[in-house]
Amino acid sequence: MPDSIITVKDLSKKFIINHETGGGRYTALRDVIANSVKGMIRKRKSAVPATEEFWALKDLNFEINQGDRVGIIGRNGAGKSTLLKILSRITEPTSGSIRINGRVASLLEVGTGFHPELTGNENIYLNGAILGMSRAEIKRKFDEIVAFAEVEKFLDTPVKRYSSGMYVRLAFAVAAHLEPEILVVDEVLAVGDAEFQKKCLGKMQDVSGEGRTVIFVSHNMLAVKSLCSTGILLNKGRIEKAGAIEDVIYSYMANTKSSIKSFVAINKEANGIDMKSLTISDNGVVGNFSIEDELLFEIRLTGSREYDLINVNLFFKGNDDSIIFATCSSPEKFFPGDYVFACRIPANTLNDIIYTIDLMVVGNGSAVLHQLKDIVFIEGVEKKRDGAWMGKFPGMIRPLYYEWTKKHN
Amino acid sequence: MADSKSKYSVLIEPGLAGKNYWNDLWRYRELFYILSWRDIKVRYKQTVIGAAWSIVRPLLTMIVFTVVFSKVAKLPSEGSAPYSILVFAALLPWQFFANSLSEASNSLLGNTNLITKVYFPRMILPASSVITSFVDFAISFGLLALMMLFYQYMPSWQIVFLPFFLILAFAASFGISLYLTALNVKYRDFRYIIPFVVQFGLYISPVGFSSSIVPEKWKLLYSCNPMVGVIDGFRWCLLGETNFPTSTLLMSCLVTLVFLVMGIWYFRATEKSFADNI
Repeated sequence: MPDSIITVKDLSKKFIINHETGGGRYTALRDVIANSVKGMIRKRKSAVPATEEFWALKDLNFEINQGDRVGIIGRNGAGKSTLLKILSRITEPTSGSIRINGRVASLLEVGTGFHPELTGNENIYLNGAILGMSRAEIKRKFDEIVAFAEVEKFLDTPVKRYSSGMYVRLAFAVAAHLEPEILVVDEVLAVGDAEFQKKCLGKMQDVSGEGRTVIFVSHNMLAVKSLCSTGILLNKGRIEKAGAIEDVIYSYMANTKSSIKSFVAINKEANGIDMKSLTISDNGVVGNFSIEDELLFEIRLTGSREYDLINVNLFFKGNDDSIIFATCSSPEKFFPGDYVFACRIPANTLNDIIYTIDLMVVGNGSAVLHQLKDIVFIEGVEKKRDGAWMGKFPGMIRPLYYEWTKKHN
Repeated sequence: MADSKSKYSVLIEPGLAGKNYWNDLWRYRELFYILSWRDIKVRYKQTVIGAAWSIVRPLLTMIVFTVVFSKVAKLPSEGSAPYSILVFAALLPWQFFANSLSEASNSLLGNTNLITKVYFPRMILPASSVITSFVDFAISFGLLALMMLFYQYMPSWQIVFLPFFLILAFAASFGISLYLTALNVKYRDFRYIIPFVVQFGLYISPVGFSSSIVPEKWKLLYSCNPMVGVIDGFRWCLLGETNFPTSTLLMSCLVTLVFLVMGIWYFRATEKSFADNI
């Protein structure tokens, strides 16, 4: 058994939410005085408590061994950032303890402490010192940092004149050359262009290859999967699952899906057509929205009158309500009875974003019989990807079946 | 690796942060240097006359004070010292104190991004503000030397004791700054209180006048201001014409010590919640 480099025991962190101060984050002296005076006047009347406890983390127990690459995942508010802040000693836990056997460098933000008025050169030293490097260490790695950031020409320019890309590159370059035993990283891959993201991920893989311990928080499951060997899933301040990264990601995705429906009961009648339900499935498995698999939309309806022509439409909309694409059944003669209209979306068509679905039924070519807006949200999930790049694939759809050829002339 | 492991082993527990505090402070000394260097470097960026501001400001204040107190109010100088040197010898420590107070009290709020993202002993921030103010002090001190040359006024042999009063000025500035800085994080009211304290303090400290004109019955209350001892001490060192300010100095040392202990204690007590409160 290797020695554990981090041991977390019964770790809890409590925040006090102040109800009375309302919007203000700061305590004003006035309030303190006013409240104490108020308190003296009506000491006996204990009304609703002015503060409420909120446990951001509750009874966490885990160990991390040297050389482990641990991904911490969970939804917003699950306590990921709080855990990182306690690990990096920015805030104290309320109870419990952590024993760390090594130097921790935390990268909770890219470019912490960069001063816009100082030049790139000066900021490398400043940022390095803030991240815990000694002057000699920075001096030794200076050329490497500059080369990594690709800013050789702008070293004597104040960073406020940098483009945002250059700024981020320089900032990450400094951080990437830290040599701690434990590296704590929070979502830094969310910045920079695709090329640079690839470089960052590669650099972090190198770091962990050298036997260092990496703790990585991200919402990008692909990046987590490619970088980490083990994972911890947090939910409402507790560990929901810990273990091999694949299992942990699977639990996380199973969790996410429960909030996104795959069966919607509609039950709306109009114009002699009763819309019953919509089911979405992937290879017959309900509740799975892998973008690498075919998706089946099934609309059940019951007709009580005859139409010359009927067609059913599905609209896929983005988060700004714009229609990305629409698809409709071919118009056909319609008799009363129960029907299932089915639509297959081929594999590798959708992207890993959230779609909002509208449903419309049109009679006789142009009469709108039903228009059901926003009936369901679906989120595509990407299961695996080949190649080195793990960033976000751009675009509202991602059709992968277009033909590409390469010919040598 | 085993070496560095034992060297950097850390236990995180509620209330334990303090155990290695002074060690940590030493370990983070490079950060302290570089933050001070940053503050000095950035201070006069985008100003036309740059560092000349640290000469112009005390010079103008000195001229105004000399005119108002000496020419208009006709207050006596001490011995043969020109009134402008009397004023300037006091203005130096006072401005050091006043700048430290206003810079340090904003140092935490001005570095919110650091406090919420990186760990280091927070005391580094107000301390580096005090150092930055000291650079201004050093520049002004050069100006005082020029003035003495101009008036052909020889400083007395007591100037060798100046470092002691400098340390006292440091202690007073740092102690009070720490206290106010910590309060400022919690109660933003201090943002408005501090400039007032600094302005008001100028008039209850012997900057524009000599301590000798303060009536005996007010002496004790007057000496509770820690800067009284420092300023009197500075004058004693530089002008050498006054008596050694024994009683005010003792009082000042006492008050400074109280503030320093209280400041460090309060800062340390509230420090761990800075990241949550700021």
